[in-house]
Amino acid sequence: MANVTLKVNGKTHTVDIDPSTPLLYILRNDLDLHGPRFGCGLGQCGACTVIINGVATRSCITPTSSVKSDITTLEGLSKDGALHPLQQAWIEEQVPQCGFCQNGQIMTAKALLDKTPKPTDAQIREGMARTLCRCMTYYRIQAAIKRASQQIAGIEPASDKKEVVA
Amino acid sequence: MSENMSGEEMTTFTKIPKQVEEVLEKCDLSTSRRNFLKSAGLLVVSLATGVANQAEGAAQAAQAAPGLYPDPNFRQLDSWIVIHENGTATFYVGKTDCGQGTGTAYRQMMSDELDIAYDKTSLIMGSTHVTVDQGGSGGSDGVQVDGWPMRRTAAEARRVLLELASKQLGVPVDQLAVSEGVITVKANPSRRVTYGELIGGKRFNVTLTGNNINATTGVAKVKDVQDLKIIGKSPQRYDIPAKVDGSLKWAADVKLPGMVHARNVKPPVAGAKMISIDEASVRDVPGFIRVVSKGNYVAVICEREEQAIRAARQLKVDWQKPAAPAFPTSEDLFKFMRAAKPTSSSDPNVEGNPDAALAGAAKVVEAEYDFPFQGHTAFSPAHALADPSNGQMTIYTNDMKSYGMRNGVAEFLKIPREQVRVVWMEGPQAYGRTAADDAGFEAAYLAKEVGRPVRMQWTRQEETAWDSKGPAFTFKMRGGLDARNNLVAFDYLAQAADYNHIGYNEQDTVLIAQLMGIRRATPASGGGDGPDDMYAIPNRRTAIQVVGMPMIWETPLRTGNLRDPNGPQVTFAAESFIDELAVAANADPVEFRLKLLAASTTDDPAFKRARSIAVIKAAAQTYGWDTRSSRKPLGAGNILTGRGIGYCFRGQTVIANIVEVDVNRRTGHVWVKRVVCAHDCGLVINPEGLRRTVEGGMLHALSRTLHEEVKFDTEKVTSVDWNSHPSLTHLDTPARIDVVIVNGDPNPNRPDLPHYGAGEASCKPLGAAVANAIYDATGVRLRRVPFRDARVLAALKSANVV
Repeated sequence: MANVTLKVNGKTHTVDIDPSTPLLYILRNDLDLHGPRFGCGLGQCGACTVIINGVATRSCITPTSSVKSDITTLEGLSKDGALHPLQQAWIEEQVPQCGFCQNGQIMTAKALLDKTPKPTDAQIREGMARTLCRCMTYYRIQAAIKRASQQIAGIEPASDKKEVVA
Repeated sequence: MSENMSGEEMTTFTKIPKQVEEVLEKCDLSTSRRNFLKSAGLLVVSLATGVANQAEGAAQAAQAAPGLYPDPNFRQLDSWIVIHENGTATFYVGKTDCGQGTGTAYRQMMSDELDIAYDKTSLIMGSTHVTVDQGGSGGSDGVQVDGWPMRRTAAEARRVLLELASKQLGVPVDQLAVSEGVITVKANPSRRVTYGELIGGKRFNVTLTGNNINATTGVAKVKDVQDLKIIGKSPQRYDIPAKVDGSLKWAADVKLPGMVHARNVKPPVAGAKMISIDEASVRDVPGFIRVVSKGNYVAVICEREEQAIRAARQLKVDWQKPAAPAFPTSEDLFKFMRAAKPTSSSDPNVEGNPDAALAGAAKVVEAEYDFPFQGHTAFSPAHALADPSNGQMTIYTNDMKSYGMRNGVAEFLKIPREQVRVVWMEGPQAYGRTAADDAGFEAAYLAKEVGRPVRMQWTRQEETAWDSKGPAFTFKMRGGLDARNNLVAFDYLAQAADYNHIGYNEQDTVLIAQLMGIRRATPASGGGDGPDDMYAIPNRRTAIQVVGMPMIWETPLRTGNLRDPNGPQVTFAAESFIDELAVAANADPVEFRLKLLAASTTDDPAFKRARSIAVIKAAAQTYGWDTRSSRKPLGAGNILTGRGIGYCFRGQTVIANIVEVDVNRRTGHVWVKRVVCAHDCGLVINPEGLRRTVEGGMLHALSRTLHEEVKFDTEKVTSVDWNSHPSLTHLDTPARIDVVIVNGDPNPNRPDLPHYGAGEASCKPLGAAVANAIYDATGVRLRRVPFRDARVLAALKSANVV
C-alpha cells in the first residue's frame, strides 16, 4: 500500500492503495465515482472509459500508478450544473436501453468530438467501433453524436421524426 | 418531461439511493404499518367494499407478526398508490425493468387512470417487501398482463377520491370534474379540492377484490380508449437523465458498512471435482479473509475488490477431471443432436394428411437448419450484494425476478422467507434467465457464512462461459407445392438441446447449488416450439423433440430462457424455409406469404391473421418492395445486394421485418444496411419507447444472427470474452431503421386493441429476413447461424459466387 494522489474532475484525492490496482476500482470503490463501470476488466468493451489527456482510456486495465495527468469521469462532463451537449443529445434521442454501457459510449464520443468536432458517419462508426453495447443502441448513439456535434457547432439539430403510423 | 428523482440523493449511512431507503422503510412493520394500524382518527372511507377494512388490517398484522418483511397485500389499494400532501403520487408495482423503459409505461398507465399529471408521479418497482408480487419481469407481459391491475387500482383510487370530494364539496360525483389531480365542481370551477388536500399523507384503506394479483380490481372501471390522455404519448423515460450524468446508483454500486468482496473460483473444466484447496497459497494476499467452499463450489473473500481478484487468481485448487467428456465440441454439436435419442418427444400436431400430401406434391422441398447455443453474456457480469445484518438477509440485485430470488434464497439458506428481502435496482440488460440469479444466491450464502455484507462480482470470462444459454436447435423440414405452386404440405421437426432447462431462482438449479451437489429429483424436461405464423396450409405436421448433453449438472451449457426463449431459432428456420418454398414456386416472397395468410378466412378474437396481413403490407410499403422472385441473375461487382422478409407473431403481437443487405463476395462480410419493421402490439403506451425497444430487439437479433455462438471443446466453453465471443458493434449498425407502428384491428366496434407485449417479438423474424436477403443477393442459402465472414465466404465459394 502507498499514498497515491489523483486529480479527478478538478478535485485532488490522496488514497492509500496498492498502486498497481487498476484505476477503475479506485475510482469506484475509494472515490465513489460510479460513472465508470465494470464490464470486462479486459479493455474490450469500454464500460470503464475515462478521459486522461484528451484520450478515452480504459480504466479497468490502467494501473493507478501509471496515471500522471488529470482524469475526467462521466460525473465531470457537466459544467456548472449544465449537461454536456452529448449528455443532452443522449436524453433528446432517448438513447439508453439498460444504460450500463453508456458511460463508455458518452466518454468515447466526447474524446472523438474533442478531436474531430464534425465527424462523418464513417468517422463516428470507426471511432466508436470498439465500444460495445449489448442492448444494441448503436443506431441511437450515432444519431446522438451527430446531434451533439451540430449543437456544439451552433447548428439547430434536425428533428428526428421517424414516426410512421400505418 | 424529465424530472428529478430522489434517487439522486444518497443517504450517508448506506450510500444507497434515498429513494430506495424510503422504500425500505415504507412497510417496515415496526414503524409505519404498525403505527398506521394503531392510529385512530385516520381517514375512513365509506364504501361498500370498505366494511372489512379493519378486519383485513388486523389479519394482515397477525399474518405479518412472525416475520420482518410481510408480503405487501395486493388487495389493499394502499399497497399500490400513495398520494402525498403536496399532491404528488407514488406508484408501487411488482415489476422490474430490463432496460426498455417499462417503468415509464407503468407510470403513464397509472397516471392516466388516476387523472394526475405524469410529472407529478413517481414509481417504485420490484422490491419484495414494499411492492406487491407481480413476479418481476418476464415473458414480455408487463404491459399486457400486469398493466391491467395497475390501471384498475389507479382507476379505483380516482373513484375513491371523487367520493371524498363529493362529501367535502357537498356535490354529487356526477357533477364533479377531475383533471390533473384537481377536482372541481362543473357548475362552479372555483370550488375545487386537490388530491393532496383530500388524502395526502393518509391511507386509502380500501380493500380490493380479485382471486389473484392479475385480477385485482376495485369497483371503478378503466377508461375507454377514447378517454386516455397520457397513454399513447411519449414522455421521455424518467430513468435516462441519471443514466447519462453518472448519478444513478445501480445495484452494482451499493456499498454497506463492513462490506467485503467475493470472487468465485470456478472448476477449470465442466464436472471437475474439487479434491483439495491450498489456502496457504493466498494467505499473503493483503485483506484476505477466507476461502469458502462446499462440494465443488469455491469462493474467496477479501476486504477489497482488487484483493479478491488477486486471491481468486492465486488460489491453488486441486481439481479432478471427470472421466467422460461433458459434451461434444461445438463443431460436432448438430451431428450429435441429430443422432441423439430424444429425452422427450411431443405428440406431433397434425392437420390434414401431410405424408399423403407430400407424396402427391408436384414439388417437394427439403432443408435442414442449425442454430447454436447462444449466451446472454450480459454487458456487466453478474453481481449482487447481500447483507446478513440483524439475522435478516437483504439482497441488492438487478435480477429481473426479485420475488423468485427471495423465495429461492430463503429455501436455499433455510431461513424464513419473512426474514429475506430482495431490493431490485437497475443493472445490465436482463433478457431472461441470466446469471444475476446465481450471483444473488452466492452473495447470500457467503454473507451468511462470514456474517458481513458480501458483494459478489463475476468476471467477464466467468459470465460468458457459465451464464445460462439459449438452447441450440436443429430443424428438418419438408414442404410440398402442388402443380399451381400452392403450398399444400409442411412437415416440421425441431430438436432442442434443452434438457434440464433451468427456471428462475430455483434453489436446486442455481449454479452454487449444483456445484454443492444438490440435484432435483427430476430434471426439467425442457421444450421447443413450432413456427408462430398464421399461414393456412392444409396438411401440416409440427413435431418437437428435446435432446440432452451428456452432462446436465454443473455444466456451462445450462439452458435457460433467453429473450424469447425459442423464437429466434424457430423463426429463423421456419421463415427461411417459407422463403425456400417461395423460390421453388418462383414467387415473390411477400406475395407468397400474403397468399398463405389470405387462404384462410377464419380469424381469432385478436384478429391475428388479419393483422399479420397488415404488418406484412405495411413493411413492404415502407420499404418500397418491388414484386419479383428471388430467382434472378447475380449482380456485378464485389458487393451483392439483396432484400428479404421475415414474419411471425409472439402472443398477440404480430411483426414483419424487411432487411436489405450488402454481401461482399470477396470477404464474405454481410452488412445489413437497412431494416424495416412493421409492428402491431395493439394499444401502444409510449410510441417512442416502443420504437427504441423494437430497434434494440432487432439489433440484438442481428448480433445473434451475424456473430454469436457459444464455442466449446469437450470439457469447457472456449468463447469467453468479447474477442472469442464477438457481438454486434457500431460498424454493423444499419444506416437506416424504420419502425412502423401498425394498428391492424379491423373491428369497427372497437377503436383499438388492448395493449399487448412488445418486449420480445422483435427478436424473432430478423434472422430469417437476413438469410433470405443474402439468398436474394447471392443465390446462396445459409442454413446455419451465425453468418460470420468465414462461413459466408465458404458458402459463396462452394456455390462459385466468388
